[in-house]
Amino acid sequence: MTSTIPAAARPAASTVLTPDEPRPMLYRRRHLSARVRTTAIFSYLVLVLLALLYIYPFLISISGSFKTDADATQNPLTLIPQTWTFAAFNRLFTSVPLLQWTANSAFITIVVTLCRVFFDSLAGYALSRLNFRGRGIVFAGVIAVMAVPGVVLLIPRFLILKELGLYNSFSGMILPLIIDAGGIFIMKQFFESIPVSIEEAARIDGAGIFRTFWSVVLPMARPALITLFILSFQGSWNEFSHFVISRQDPNLNTLTTGVASLTSGELGTGNQYPLKLAAAVLMSIPVAVLFFVFQRRLMNTTDGGEKG
Amino acid sequence: MSKGIRGAEGRYGWAFVAPAIIIIGVFLVIPIALALYVSFSNWNGLGSPVGNSSLVGGANYSKVLIEPGLAQRDFGTSIRNNLYYVIIVVPVQTALALLLAVQVNRRILRGRGFFRTAFYFPSVTSSVAITTIFIFLFTASGAVNAILAWLGVNGPNWFADPSGVIHNLLAGVGVTKAPPALATPGPLGLAWWDWISGPSVAMCVLIILAIFTTSGTFMLLFLAALQNISGDIEEAALVDGAGSVRRFFSVTLPMMKPTLFTVLTLGLIGTWQVFDQIYLTGKGAPGKTLLTPAYLAYDTSFKGLNWGQGAAISFILFIIIVSLTLFQRWVLRDRDLGRSGARRAARAEKKLRHDAALGAQR
Repeated sequence: MTSTIPAAARPAASTVLTPDEPRPMLYRRRHLSARVRTTAIFSYLVLVLLALLYIYPFLISISGSFKTDADATQNPLTLIPQTWTFAAFNRLFTSVPLLQWTANSAFITIVVTLCRVFFDSLAGYALSRLNFRGRGIVFAGVIAVMAVPGVVLLIPRFLILKELGLYNSFSGMILPLIIDAGGIFIMKQFFESIPVSIEEAARIDGAGIFRTFWSVVLPMARPALITLFILSFQGSWNEFSHFVISRQDPNLNTLTTGVASLTSGELGTGNQYPLKLAAAVLMSIPVAVLFFVFQRRLMNTTDGGEKG
Repeated sequence: MSKGIRGAEGRYGWAFVAPAIIIIGVFLVIPIALALYVSFSNWNGLGSPVGNSSLVGGANYSKVLIEPGLAQRDFGTSIRNNLYYVIIVVPVQTALALLLAVQVNRRILRGRGFFRTAFYFPSVTSSVAITTIFIFLFTASGAVNAILAWLGVNGPNWFADPSGVIHNLLAGVGVTKAPPALATPGPLGLAWWDWISGPSVAMCVLIILAIFTTSGTFMLLFLAALQNISGDIEEAALVDGAGSVRRFFSVTLPMMKPTLFTVLTLGLIGTWQVFDQIYLTGKGAPGKTLLTPAYLAYDTSFKGLNWGQGAAISFILFIIIVSLTLFQRWVLRDRDLGRSGARRAARAEKKLRHDAALGAQR
């Protein structure tokens, strides 16, 4: 059971207690390990229950999408469908324009993500490294923009899109999203953390400002770029409210607005849960894949505890 | 290089921030100004607001805030609904996130990675997918009621139940009508009895949904903070014989105050912005108990075509949220010693020395 003694307790034994009084320490050690064991078992129980609570909704959604309508309604909790059916998926790909929604979502997400990563790092670099008049004001502006809550922008954005004739167009859906003040802030913070000497060397060697940025600084910024990529991808793939107010044309439906139209009941009769669940499951796959691929980076606190 | 390197930097600097400034200017600053104008106008949605409307002063704001009527009552209802949502979601999600972070931060825990993934995953899925799943879980014959049935509880028809939780509790002790003291009209056109209704049963589902999807994000914030606390301090407390509960409340929690505060305000800001879930669960039904200011602004403008009033609601919400943000920045200002903080610290030190010197003389 020695392994259950917290690492912290061991160095303490040698440094705090003098060697001529070992007995109380031994006593304390055994006492601790028993206590640690009970709390460990208890916390495992709590954690396993909680984890089940967090995962089970996703599991029954996946299994629900393979059930028949009646089965999903009558046995919502079972993980194994009574009879496996692909009817929901069949309908999604035939009578629902799911493929078109996916294509629209993919197109918008790719454009928005690439633009955000590029323009945010350009602006972040200028704000951290280039001396120009008005830099302080621009940065203060970025900070102010970060405080504007997205949900109050719905009416203003609709008004401007109408005004510019961009309503019901891909440009209107994409352009307002391609800059993200939070992303500029992340990049600025990151550029400030890397040493300036390498850039100076490149500049002395005769590289221009854009060239220095593109071929020297950006490659060094890979961790921040990946973070920004993940945030932008997830943000634009999951974006919903902006697409509610920037288009009406069903041909411009993204996965979010399309599935929302299914969920809020444009399906005709019956609750048709398998179909809705199948759509919800399918639309979550890209983000889930991204999440599992970059899990370590998303939860970059993971290794912290290992140092002991 | 006629202007020298500084001149080039100036030009490049502006060129690099130009795309950001243009996009933010055109799609954020100008639109907000336009909407501010609309909120003081009688624009009916036809044509461009500029030239097709006239200014009506604060009429839109007073219709929502002061004049008794449907607009005011709807706004009051939406504020009440959102208030209950905030009051329950913020403390519970913070406490749960903290609990999860402390649990998955244990050094001896096996499968920490698995648990972290499980708790964080709901945060990355889209609001549309997760709301769809919750509608399925909470139907009358759904998974949640099936579990409640095992426990011998007859579950409610969640999304169709507009009754307030506190009203239901009061009904349990025999109070089914407003006592005379509460039958009086309260603020925003709602009787006091309606203000104390509590969240409706339907709103409870959205409250659970919010806690479910945000606790993972905040868990990560707490986890980062926990790992910044030096092991030495925990060790010292351990050696001093502090138990784990004592250690948590007397050592860990005080050291996490800045993060705790950040999480609380992020929660406050986020919970005032519920929109997607309302849109998906039936546009405020049942009985308008799911109406929130964010959705009401959208509905008033886009469905009711009452653009001025919708914009006015948006700006009221804007003021609520921005004041919460400013409040957070104002409090956190003291925590990270900025330039002014350093100056203040220096001044405090000087004063301390001065006082100490005075004390020594006496």
